[in-house]
Amino acid sequence: MPEMTLIDAVRMAMDEELARDPNVIIIGEDVGVRGGVFRATMGLHEKYGSDRVIDSPLAEASIVGVGIGAALYGMRPICEIQFADFIHPAFNQIINEAAKMYYRSNGDWTVPMVIRTPYGGGIGGGLYHSQSLEAFFTHTPGLKVVVPSTPYDAKGLLKSAVRDPNPVMFFEPKKGYRLIKGEVPDEEYLVPLGKANVTREGTDVSVFAYGMMHYYTMQAAEKLAQEGISAEVIDLRTLYPVDRDAILASVEKTGKALVVYEDNLTGGYGAEIAALIGEHAFTSLDAPVRRLAGPDVPAVPFSHPMQDWFMLNPEKIAAAIRDLAGF
Amino acid sequence: MDISNDLLIEMYRFMLLARRTDERAWVLHRQGKIAFHISGIGQEAAQVGAAFAIQRGTDWVSPYYRDLALMLALGLTPLEFMLSVMGKQGEPSSGARQMPSHWGLRRANVLSHSAPVATQSLHASGIGLAIKFKGDKKVVFTTIGEGSTSQGEWYEAVNWAAVHKLPVIFMVENNSYAISVPQDKQMAVPSSADKACGLGLPGISVDGTDLIAVYQAMSDAVTRARSGEGATVIEALAYRLTPHSSDDDDRSYRSREEVETHKKEDPLPKTEELLLSKKIITRKQLDEMEIKIKAEVDQAVADATAAPYPTLETAMGPVYAAEVSNA
Repeated sequence: MPEMTLIDAVRMAMDEELARDPNVIIIGEDVGVRGGVFRATMGLHEKYGSDRVIDSPLAEASIVGVGIGAALYGMRPICEIQFADFIHPAFNQIINEAAKMYYRSNGDWTVPMVIRTPYGGGIGGGLYHSQSLEAFFTHTPGLKVVVPSTPYDAKGLLKSAVRDPNPVMFFEPKKGYRLIKGEVPDEEYLVPLGKANVTREGTDVSVFAYGMMHYYTMQAAEKLAQEGISAEVIDLRTLYPVDRDAILASVEKTGKALVVYEDNLTGGYGAEIAALIGEHAFTSLDAPVRRLAGPDVPAVPFSHPMQDWFMLNPEKIAAAIRDLAGF
Repeated sequence: MDISNDLLIEMYRFMLLARRTDERAWVLHRQGKIAFHISGIGQEAAQVGAAFAIQRGTDWVSPYYRDLALMLALGLTPLEFMLSVMGKQGEPSSGARQMPSHWGLRRANVLSHSAPVATQSLHASGIGLAIKFKGDKKVVFTTIGEGSTSQGEWYEAVNWAAVHKLPVIFMVENNSYAISVPQDKQMAVPSSADKACGLGLPGISVDGTDLIAVYQAMSDAVTRARSGEGATVIEALAYRLTPHSSDDDDRSYRSREEVETHKKEDPLPKTEELLLSKKIITRKQLDEMEIKIKAEVDQAVADATAAPYPTLETAMGPVYAAEVSNA
């Protein structure tokens, strides 16, 4: 099995889906000749042509809105928003249109489309190339929200997302694009949406994470094992609809829960996981549910010391797990 | 352009059906029998003239909320409209989830639309992109009010259609007001059609109370679109003869004299006069048409009144599709 980076796996998924289904198209800024600013679509324009890998005008609402229209006519658009921070002009189209279309038309119209977008900080991107925006979308019935944390999952989840009849938000951890490597089979496989993955078995603390924070959490858990602390790590993978059974089963086993997310603490996605555990696994808990997240400032600052202050890392996560384990 | 007498009579019949259906909705509202109505009175010639210029049921339509006459011409029945204003089961656009006049009719290729204005314009361009991609000979017809052409999404949609020479006709139904705000506070150009020149496609302004003029302008645009020459913006000038909606009081922002002046340009008597003066129809035939339509509207109100409300299961879903239902 070849080892590859996360972004290579993303590209491989799109390549395979473009080859499999002639209705799959890619729409986005610089996705064509340039192959994307992160090179996620590198080579695809050359291979599939400008009718299927479409350089859009620089207008995000139109990337999503035109994608919706194309989907309504039978296409399977993969829309790329260059940075998650630029998705806000398209918010209306995502929340009011894509997410509500099936319900509001009583099942007459479906919007099978994927909106891919790189998210997250730690890359010197400042306020507007670093945001984690999943919580806006996990609040929206009608959308599915997916965040891969490994190359294997990136490929398998993206292929599932392309084939899903509903609109899927696909947040890719940009810091992990080339940092995270892993084995990816050449052959066809899918990773189902809606299923979490226990990526490390443990007995003392359950740690729930996704995307880049899952990668860091695995490093933290490895370090803590040497100290005799056994952390169970659950990669949520699909944030909405979330795999409640997997979350509750782990908490029932360990009695302690920590949710790690890169976004601002307040109103972030981890709050929902904490509430879920509080409501449904209260009697299994030996300690308060804890959240470890970014500070409540508007976004990630540019200058390195300030960025490092904002960002979580394996050491901060290890400290939080250690603290909870000792409760 | 040759337009047969039969066609003119048929178009007039839809204008009259729309007017009587619309007027009845106002009466039902004033009787306290329905909660809300938003009117298309004054815009019937523009809508019906446009509807008959496309292949109804084959071409695609992305409408806006004043398009009752357009919808009736595309096959919506008066009963279906009455079901929608009463929020009853069987309402075809949304299963009575949406407010009235938020159209959608799968069987006639009419997209579901929402309340935030100009969202539908982008869907039209997306469908146009898919039609061109698949090599189909269909066109997309989308409508909007002049106030909504202030939205960025409208410019983005028209820009896409211009860049890619998409088979889309953008009709601006300029009725002089966006709720209370007159045209000169929406735009500095004298006609919303003038906006097209900055985007690189033809913009044509036509008297929207002149059924034949609209039909001709639309037919030209449809021919252009179908032959691969690209999109057109058409402004159909009319006047909103009613308040914005049943919740509005237009006396607070425009004089009665102004409204009375524009009643002289009411497309209904204007078209009737045309048909009579050219001896296309007799007074007796008109009277018979009126009686038939009144009976049809009476029956629609009676049937809708007797129809049940949706069950609460309709409120609960469907939210997610198991498969793609359209295309």
